[in-house]
Amino acid sequence: MVDILEHPVSAHDLPDPHHEDHGPTGILKWITTTDHKVIGLSYTVTAVVMLVIGGVFAEIIRAQLASPNGTLVSLAQYNELFTMHGSVMIYLFAGPFAFGALANIMVPIQIGAPDMAYPRLNALSYWLYLTGAITMLSGFFTAGGAANFGWVAYAPLSNSLNTPGAGADLWIGGLLLTGFSAIFTGVNLVATIFYLRAPGMTMFRMPIFTWNMLVTAILILLAFPVLTAGLIMLYADRHFGTHIFSVAGGGVPVLWQHIFWFWGHPEVYILALPFFGMVTEILAVFSRKPVFGYKGMIFATLSIAALSLGVWAHHMFTTGVVLLPFFSIMSLLIAVPTGIKIFNWIGTMWRGEVWFSAAMLMAIGFVITFLIGGLTGIYLASPPLDFFTHDTYFVVAHFHSVVMALVLAGMAGLYYWGPKFTGYLLDERIGKIQFWFLFIGTQVFTLPLYLLGLRGMPRRMAIYPHDPQWKFLNDVSTVGAVLIGISTILFVVNVVVSWKKHPAGDNPWDGQTLEWFTTSPPPHHNFYRLPAIRSERPTWDYNHPEHRAIPHAPAPVTAETEPVR
Amino acid sequence: MESPALPPQGASTRSRRWRRVRRAAVLPLAALALSGCTVPNFGANQGDTTSSRSVFHLWQGFSIGAAIIGTLVVALVLWVVLRYRRRGDAIPKQVQYHIPLELTYTIVPILIVFGLFAATMVVENKEVANPKTNVTIDVNAFQWGWKFSYPGSSAVVIGQTTQDPTMVMPVNTNVHINLTSTDVVHGFYVRAFNFSRYALPGVLNQFTLRAVNTGDFFGQCTQLCGLYHSLMFFNVKVVTMAKYRAWLASFNNSSSASAASAANLAQRQQTSSVVPSKPYVSNGAK
Repeated sequence: MVDILEHPVSAHDLPDPHHEDHGPTGILKWITTTDHKVIGLSYTVTAVVMLVIGGVFAEIIRAQLASPNGTLVSLAQYNELFTMHGSVMIYLFAGPFAFGALANIMVPIQIGAPDMAYPRLNALSYWLYLTGAITMLSGFFTAGGAANFGWVAYAPLSNSLNTPGAGADLWIGGLLLTGFSAIFTGVNLVATIFYLRAPGMTMFRMPIFTWNMLVTAILILLAFPVLTAGLIMLYADRHFGTHIFSVAGGGVPVLWQHIFWFWGHPEVYILALPFFGMVTEILAVFSRKPVFGYKGMIFATLSIAALSLGVWAHHMFTTGVVLLPFFSIMSLLIAVPTGIKIFNWIGTMWRGEVWFSAAMLMAIGFVITFLIGGLTGIYLASPPLDFFTHDTYFVVAHFHSVVMALVLAGMAGLYYWGPKFTGYLLDERIGKIQFWFLFIGTQVFTLPLYLLGLRGMPRRMAIYPHDPQWKFLNDVSTVGAVLIGISTILFVVNVVVSWKKHPAGDNPWDGQTLEWFTTSPPPHHNFYRLPAIRSERPTWDYNHPEHRAIPHAPAPVTAETEPVR
Repeated sequence: MESPALPPQGASTRSRRWRRVRRAAVLPLAALALSGCTVPNFGANQGDTTSSRSVFHLWQGFSIGAAIIGTLVVALVLWVVLRYRRRGDAIPKQVQYHIPLELTYTIVPILIVFGLFAATMVVENKEVANPKTNVTIDVNAFQWGWKFSYPGSSAVVIGQTTQDPTMVMPVNTNVHINLTSTDVVHGFYVRAFNFSRYALPGVLNQFTLRAVNTGDFFGQCTQLCGLYHSLMFFNVKVVTMAKYRAWLASFNNSSSASAASAANLAQRQQTSSVVPSKPYVSNGAK
């Protein structure tokens, strides 16, 4: 305790952070940079472009489904579209946006580091990601079209007999490249967080976002190599005559599902945890309170990660070849730490001063949307209910509630941190309008799909029998998709109209963590000076020394430990 | 020795507030009880097999839990953001921990989860049980159709893409299904049975259906299986045992059987001209 209060406020100067910044400028700087902020910005722009591409695919899919015998696209094109929609959103948007874009920029700054631990590896990650994205999407320009076996590429549909053509190979290649990019980013994040923390920044003083990124990075290192191995096996089956996934050659098709989901379920949390972290910080800052249950939050994150490695077969309940009770209880248990997080988020806002900024609205929208996705996920952890709803639109609705919650959180992250790394605020009014379109659109889009699944419509159907209920629910969902599309356009409009218009200043939101202590945008090596780091809110402690967090086990107040005031 | 002190002012307000909270919580429960014994179906149907009914009740149970928890959390979020919306520049009390509260919302969900798991196990054990039976149907899924054959009889029903073959099965009888796939992964899904199962190449999947109502039901492939996945339908016709026997017997006449297979072949060729079907039958891969 004495240690905490000895230097309640002080900021010490660092060597000139520009001392190594003699690099080129302009486009050459963008290509040759190893600065995590520039790389992160490249990631941000690329990922948002991917979001738009994946979103366009989604809008085409929804337009096709607006009538039972839609003729907008052919059956073959439809299969390509939903395959690439899922692939682009999962592999090329959500993951890279979380750990390539926002974590890349924010983690070093949040822990007071000058850069990532391996700046060149970081640059390699980005270029692998960009190359992988282009490789995967270039399938559309081949004779047979892009990959069309679904984003999960179940064997044996994905073998060379059932899916000949270069599109599938480009999909595998692109995924291998982005997979390596993710692994390198994971290595980088772990090394950075373990070795480059500023003096005073102990593990339990790291912001929740950094904590979540550490856990995410560890999950990446555990899960992605498995996917990489699986993809190599798939490629070997397609081209080198191996029979790993073929019955005829003595192989086991279900093995692909095991490998894929052993990566695929941790991947769900690789996608989600970063956004959980962002929301946690945003809720705290815009309630002007510390994160409620900070340590509980960290243990919840750790247990989600641990459990997520033992639940993959809940995607395979209907295969009839997995042990149902084990995967059921493990999956159900994930509800517990997730519930802790939701209650902690509410606790963070409780008796706070909730400021309805665009970022905060998006974060609150995230909590509600994620709650819907989480509760419906509990059904799917129960094998009998999964038999009932598996591969129907109920499942589609469930994971779209979850990923649309992540989109809300990602938007919250852009409104919250965008000013830090660009130096300029986004327009708040457009942001709030965008929020309402995105939030209402999400519910109008997903809620009918739950009912559609219960009414028996399987997923991945380009055309469907003319059932008035199916058509009505599909139409409502399409309206929701249009609203979401408008919200994305509003975001682009916002970036354009507020381009270099409202300078942000160092700390526009009265932030709590270290990134709000430096300038916006931060200098080449991030900091001119650092405050004393004596809690997980060094900037807050510096700005509001009289409003420290109240510890959970109050130390006996003596003259020595009495806080200032 | 001392008479108990009067509770301090704050505590009494708190208990009054608590009473109000309790009253507010009791009201909807009472309303639920008064509205009669009809539990809402939450979008699902009880279905037409014995296990579909257990699944439906499990669904209701999960839904009641989800509705209560969901309403509680949404109400809390709305209360928090509206009640504590920013009114000025004041800095609120910087409370960070409340260990008893945190423990409560850790332990209570664990108990709920084990409750859900127990209910799941009861239904699951019923559903995956394979009781003795003398009615067996071999179901084979292929790109893009279904073949239903009846061991011990020459009855075979086959149909692909737009033909929608019909699986005939007796009512109130345990029907044992052997599910296989010729090529890729397919999904055997009958909505009215609240049930689906993958048809996997190289794997024999077995389960038992016991229909409780006669009628025609709609089935479909749920797992993406290639170009004509959207067209891979089938029908299930549940009939009385007598009708089922008569239907089976109609196949045992060898001449009618050969006529049926000839008709099948003709139909297949006809379909092929409408919708191109795959020219080969693969065994999983080359």
